[in-house]
Amino acid sequence: MIKAGAEILWECMVREGVNVVFGYPGGANMPIYDAMLSYPVHHVLVRHEQGAAHMADGYARASGKVGVAMSTSGPGATNLVTGIATAMMDSSPIVCITGQVHAHLIGGDAFQETDVTGITLPITKHNYLVTRADEIAEVVREAFYIARSGRPGPVLIDICKNAQIEKAEFTYPEKVSLPGYRPPAHAPQAALQQAAEMIAEAERPVILAGHGVQISGAAADVRQFAEKAQAPVASTLLGLGSLPASHPLNLGMMGMHGEAYCNIAIQNADLLLAFGMRFDDRVTGNLRNYAPRARKIHIEIDPSEVNKNVSVDVSLVGDLKTVLADLNPLVGACQHAAWLAEIGEWRAESDIRDIQSWPDDGKLYVPHVVRDIWQATSGDAILTTDVGQHQMWAAQYYPVELPYRFITSGGSGTMGFGVPSAIGAWFAHPGREVWTIVGDGGFQMTQAELSTAVQEGANIKIAIMNNNFLGMVRQWQEFFFERRYSAVEMRTPDFIKIAEAHGIPARRVDQPDQVAEAIEFARQTPGPALIEFMVEKEEAVYPMVPAGADLDEMIRRPLRQQALPAD
Amino acid sequence: MQHTLIALVENKPGVLNRVASLFRRRNFNIESLNVGQTENPNISRMTIVVDNEMVEARKVEANLYKLVNVIDVQDVTHQPTVARDLALIKVKASPEERGEVSNLASIFRAKIVDVAADSVIVEITGTEDKIESLLELLKPLGVMEMVRTGQVAMMRGNGLGVRHTPGANGHNRM
Repeated sequence: MIKAGAEILWECMVREGVNVVFGYPGGANMPIYDAMLSYPVHHVLVRHEQGAAHMADGYARASGKVGVAMSTSGPGATNLVTGIATAMMDSSPIVCITGQVHAHLIGGDAFQETDVTGITLPITKHNYLVTRADEIAEVVREAFYIARSGRPGPVLIDICKNAQIEKAEFTYPEKVSLPGYRPPAHAPQAALQQAAEMIAEAERPVILAGHGVQISGAAADVRQFAEKAQAPVASTLLGLGSLPASHPLNLGMMGMHGEAYCNIAIQNADLLLAFGMRFDDRVTGNLRNYAPRARKIHIEIDPSEVNKNVSVDVSLVGDLKTVLADLNPLVGACQHAAWLAEIGEWRAESDIRDIQSWPDDGKLYVPHVVRDIWQATSGDAILTTDVGQHQMWAAQYYPVELPYRFITSGGSGTMGFGVPSAIGAWFAHPGREVWTIVGDGGFQMTQAELSTAVQEGANIKIAIMNNNFLGMVRQWQEFFFERRYSAVEMRTPDFIKIAEAHGIPARRVDQPDQVAEAIEFARQTPGPALIEFMVEKEEAVYPMVPAGADLDEMIRRPLRQQALPAD
Repeated sequence: MQHTLIALVENKPGVLNRVASLFRRRNFNIESLNVGQTENPNISRMTIVVDNEMVEARKVEANLYKLVNVIDVQDVTHQPTVARDLALIKVKASPEERGEVSNLASIFRAKIVDVAADSVIVEITGTEDKIESLLELLKPLGVMEMVRTGQVAMMRGNGLGVRHTPGANGHNRM
């Protein structure tokens, strides 16, 4: 069948199961946009290409499918870059289709020509420059396969305009041929045996659950393993949802703003079982004194992550679900009552310090607002966040029971992620309740996507935590720079008016007793709704492991008098 | 110590750029990199030498393995291999000194491949040590220019051996 390159692109994408794409047209991708009209694909017109990449990312994480972002050449493509880097750091499967100038113009500094494959080389899992129509089918097939398999990640296809227009014989490649790409599945038997022996010998084991648990679809296997080995489960930021938060073995989040008892448990463990996580500096603290008494087993699909930051005793390189299926039968039932009781004591001490235990002082704190959203949504909404203090509070106070209920930019810490990722998640699950919690800073970075949400009727609820500060930077300046506040005070526009200008119903809340009602108002509003919470300006996220400190050297929330008079 | 890695890569545009970009991004400083054709026109071969004190060869291997266009990587440092480097060395040599250069060259089984009025070019093939030794001896005469190909290596006997997954075995530290 003879087809134009642009048609071949859509033929292939439809066969990959693509039914929604997020993008922005321009000179170099007009043939693609023209051909799109003949295919059963819904196009979401974003307001800035960064939004397209984040939407594709949010869609991918919430759906488990590959998300697609599209842009034209030059500035359109460079605007995708932040979103691509975000997807790369969080191993999120997206495919970006960018238009490129005619092949014969490449290298001549043509209008809107940018070396996009060069720019994105270090922030993609793989990328392609397509100069001929007859390359498209194979490249698209490979790109989707590479994006979703192994350790997933973004793949970019830069398609020259002539390749979109020219005609070629189209046959859909049944198989991909990538001789150098063989994601590992099973780990060697000897290493499994060695791991099983260490597990049997351990008295104080802790499982470290990372994003790999959800990517691999291994939540049930992790739960089975944890229950059998009686090993408590600590999660990374992206690992939240690996084990139901209500499970007795769940320790919540580890790391810089992790639960104190969780970090203490890791530092006192005699065995760490790292499942699909990469020992990021935000979860280890000082590497030289990280879990000093623990032997370490690392199950990881990416061999370059093994012994990268933390040297391990046994590495099981393979797909987590497959490896756990192989490992589970080798592990006998264990009992660690004393260890779990010890962790329980640390946990009780943490609970006393928790802000939830404070008497109401009439002020509006983010943790309380997050907890109220959690209660109103029965903890079952898909929650996306932006980046900063509110993100950490959302991780701490919106405990989730299921994978991919909590979607956030972890490795990259990309401000502006919240609103577009929520729109993407809503397209994955239009029937589910979707919330995004954002700060006043990050919200303004991709605020333009409000307009996209309205045009698409995306039923997302936006909760802005407004403290008129870039809160996390302010907190660091408070703790580590003698409270010399530099460039963190932020005057914000009237967000209610901004929402109203978009036709989005909105409320402002500055009293604790208005919170529940405002949340209910948002939930009852059909389509997008926005609430601006005027929260306590100088509250800090606790606990906090200062950068480079040992994991259990935390700055803790100061203890408060229980009988504080309400004023 | 120096580690020698052999990588077989797809012969496609931009693959060398991907490898170079990886080294830059991961801050791997390499001693030498040689790229050339193989018996298969679709496959190119890279020989990469790294100083393990500076960069862990295992990390280089594991990261190369992640590149989609890299078909195979193997650290052949501890395998029986033939490793060769080629150097062209332009030495300052008056007509009276040519004999000395020629003598040194013949001891090292090197060749004089060009003679000019006041210089000669010596071509030497061999291990890096051998080339270093000759170079030391030529220095007092005045080395004007030198170019080296960087090391190329091939395992003795049956080819590349068994494919393995880096990090999966052999790299565990007890």
